[in-house]
Amino acid sequence: MNALSEFIRGITKDNPIFGLVLGLCPTLAVTTSIENAIGMSAGTAFVLICSNLLISALRKQIPPSVRLPIFILIIATFVSIVEMVMKAYFPPMYAALGVFIPLIVVNCIIIGRAEAYANKNNMFYSLIDALGSSTGFLLVLVLIGGIRELLGTGQIVTFGVQIIQLPINPITYMILSPGAFLTIGVLMAIVNYRKAKKLARGG
Amino acid sequence: MAADVSLFQIFMDGVFIKNFLIIQFLGLCSFVGVTKDTKSAAGMSGAVIFVMALAATVSYLIYSFVLIPLKLEFLSLISFIVVIAALVQLVEFVVRKNIPSLYRSLGIYLPLITTNCAVLGVVLLNVLNEYSFIQSVVFGVAAGIGYTIVMLMMSGIRERSTLVSVPSSVRGLPQAFFIATMLSMAFVNYFGVIPL
Repeated sequence: MNALSEFIRGITKDNPIFGLVLGLCPTLAVTTSIENAIGMSAGTAFVLICSNLLISALRKQIPPSVRLPIFILIIATFVSIVEMVMKAYFPPMYAALGVFIPLIVVNCIIIGRAEAYANKNNMFYSLIDALGSSTGFLLVLVLIGGIRELLGTGQIVTFGVQIIQLPINPITYMILSPGAFLTIGVLMAIVNYRKAKKLARGG
Repeated sequence: MAADVSLFQIFMDGVFIKNFLIIQFLGLCSFVGVTKDTKSAAGMSGAVIFVMALAATVSYLIYSFVLIPLKLEFLSLISFIVVIAALVQLVEFVVRKNIPSLYRSLGIYLPLITTNCAVLGVVLLNVLNEYSFIQSVVFGVAAGIGYTIVMLMMSGIRERSTLVSVPSSVRGLPQAFFIATMLSMAFVNYFGVIPL
């Protein structure tokens, strides 16, 4: 197993959203703009990296029968840290993400990686795995956020800089909840189509 | 303070306007995972209403009578998670001992609820909105009812749509998301119907 392939695996095959279908709630709820998507993935990435490292370091000490409560407590601690830091230093971001920052605690991606990977591998590979999964999560969130922001408001404004503007009539539904379901449905259908094509070619 | 919000408005908020599954995107894992047939959707919803109402009650008591007097608000997230997990275990024991028939129908769904973000969401929103005790309980029950309505609608539509012929890459999850798009279009319009 080499580090690079482990990293790429988190983005492609084991992508949290399209590969494993974990962590749908934040994916749909906070992707009203690219800015929110980046803030959410940064918070999730911090928790994922820290919890993967700590769980991997403690994996020989944690008794298997009570491992899940211990994982949840470790994750909840890091989430509390993220919540407090965001509240203190990025209040607008905290207001926009709202209840979804504390809800990182029940995000299936984090406990899924802890259970499936960090519990079995050493710290270095757990770090690589966490980085790969976080990057995969970030890319999907930015993609969905970009599509929804562009179609819903007609422009993309990220951290005060206007990146692109479309001469269209904004479709308000794309910013509201139907747009989230529609975007992820279409993207997932495209991913399935490409997978089926790859399979048919014998790849 | 949210003392001036009427109970009816909180109830309507929980069921329709801030519907947990479709407007707030809480508990989506069960929304796409357990809605393949109506029977399991109904079982899951029953368990969720039950645990949501209990969690809203217990967490309010713990937050206002233990955490606030001791100035331990920063521990709220950790204690809520522990409370919900303990509550689910407790409910499982009690139901298995006293009502075996209910346990057989809810059984496998109860452990799933511990990691359901809808339950933790109710608890966190209660704290965020500074609801009083009665308001918290009403919001918990209303959120559970809203969850049930959407789960039953979704599972009914999905059950029938298995007979429809669709392209193979749309079958399964994408199809479920398209159905959810239609449902949420209906729910989004409640924003304007009920004046706030």
